[in-house]
Amino acid sequence: MTEESRKRTVHAGKLGFSMRRRVREKCIEAMLFASAVLSVAIMLAIVVMLVKESIVFFQHVSIWDFLTDTEWTPLFDNAHYGILPLISGTVVSSLIALVVALPLGTIIAIYLSEFAPFSVREMAKPFLELLGGIPTVVYGYFALLFITPLLQSILPELPGFSLLSAGLVMGIMIIPYVSSMTEDAMRAVPMNLREGSYAMGATRLQTALRVVMPAALSGIAAAYILGISRAVGETMVVAIAAGMQPNLTWNPMEPAATITAYIVQVSLGDLPHGSIGYQTIFAAGLTLLLLTLVFNIIGHMLRKRYREIY
Amino acid sequence: MDVMQYKSEVKSLNFYYGQFNALKNINMVLHDKKITALIGPSGCGKSTFLRCFNRMHDLYPGNNYQGEIILHPDDVNILASNVDPIEVRMRISMVFQKPNPFPKSIYENVAYGLRVRGIKQRAILDERVEEALRNSALWEEVKDRQHDLAFNLSGGQQQRLCIARALATDPEILLFDEPTSALDPIATASIEELITDLKSKVTILIVTHNMQQAARVSDYTAYMYLGELIEFNVTDTIFIKPKNKQTEDYITGRFG
Repeated sequence: MTEESRKRTVHAGKLGFSMRRRVREKCIEAMLFASAVLSVAIMLAIVVMLVKESIVFFQHVSIWDFLTDTEWTPLFDNAHYGILPLISGTVVSSLIALVVALPLGTIIAIYLSEFAPFSVREMAKPFLELLGGIPTVVYGYFALLFITPLLQSILPELPGFSLLSAGLVMGIMIIPYVSSMTEDAMRAVPMNLREGSYAMGATRLQTALRVVMPAALSGIAAAYILGISRAVGETMVVAIAAGMQPNLTWNPMEPAATITAYIVQVSLGDLPHGSIGYQTIFAAGLTLLLLTLVFNIIGHMLRKRYREIY
Repeated sequence: MDVMQYKSEVKSLNFYYGQFNALKNINMVLHDKKITALIGPSGCGKSTFLRCFNRMHDLYPGNNYQGEIILHPDDVNILASNVDPIEVRMRISMVFQKPNPFPKSIYENVAYGLRVRGIKQRAILDERVEEALRNSALWEEVKDRQHDLAFNLSGGQQQRLCIARALATDPEILLFDEPTSALDPIATASIEELITDLKSKVTILIVTHNMQQAARVSDYTAYMYLGELIEFNVTDTIFIKPKNKQTEDYITGRFG
């Protein structure tokens, strides 16, 4: 091959404008943009649907009643539309779940990230991920048929359905999410920070608690927020193990319905489309969406406040 | 020379990363309240050697020491398996190549070593933090913002903060692992001045890539190559009349 022809194959012709490259780049850009738009569009569609149907609901029921009435009996003849019983059920079961999941998840993450030898970590991680992959309906029956009888042997007055049992199992279910994200955040902390701490004579625990965790705070906050969102939005476990009776109570020993459990209950029934009972699930769904939105905003603010600064 | 003038003696030290023999039969001394520099091309084992002094290698599995590093006046081999590395690090501090302040305030960074030792009394912490910041020539710059985050400091200030952190616990030996390689010339000059000033208080071992730096700050210099100690002597002798041909080649820039 002559010098001249070789040049021609490497540098294609004159310097100038390549139509083909330009078109190809534009196509790729358009495809990527479409994918990004799609997720936003779906989100917007959900919000629009919820708001639209909720407006119909709020034409029949005042927002004041919705927020202050202490009974939720939309399917009864004497219907009440107070969301508080559903919120109390959601809050109590979520709190129990978080009391289990956040400390345990954090401890597991500290162990795996800072203490565990390589081989233990490689063994433990897949098991944790497996725990996260179990269908939630299985957790629900685990709560109803195993944890509840177990608790009843300690607390004989515990009813067959309770927020306590559902919350505990929900907590176990959330542990893998919290521990895995927390561990990732801690492992992302550069080694030179750890070495700096060890070089000052710190122990492993001191290094983990005083240097690694503060450095990983934004990631840990994100993990916690995800855990909270999952607890609030969890459906099957509470629907199965906590009963489906709306019940304004802060006592974990009682059965109660959460927002999600109620939505499932109504969706399964054969309510006529457009009836007021049918519309309630959209109002409940909107409440749930707003609740998780609040947590996501808090999480976002925490992330901005404590963004990784190393 | 009298043994009492030695802060530490290294006796037939071998170090292994797994199977790899990274330090080969090193014999050397650290003179008390003097600055000893370790020079040599990249990968020659200077940092590995430095990190033996505070048992940093214990943090990673598969590392193995043989031989002794005797710390005076205790006459204890700090590499012995019955010596707790945490105890060693309580007395031998280290400053790293890249400034690594913790995600805490300036004050808490300096107080870290004291807090780790369980010191909680505010008065003691205040006093020791101020003293350490003065000794690292940072006090005037930060005294009014001790509770700001340490990341807001410049690179040179961060490195002086790391020196203050290391000094706050009154170490007997201070290890420097290329402390100026991430800094600009002005910050470098201030760190070098600081190191020279610290010699009255503490024995110093410094790894450096910069031969002028070794010549400027150190009293003794060791030249290492491929895990071996080639030559160790008074700095002036090493730089003016090295005995070994390899040392001479490295110092004059014909090699490395």
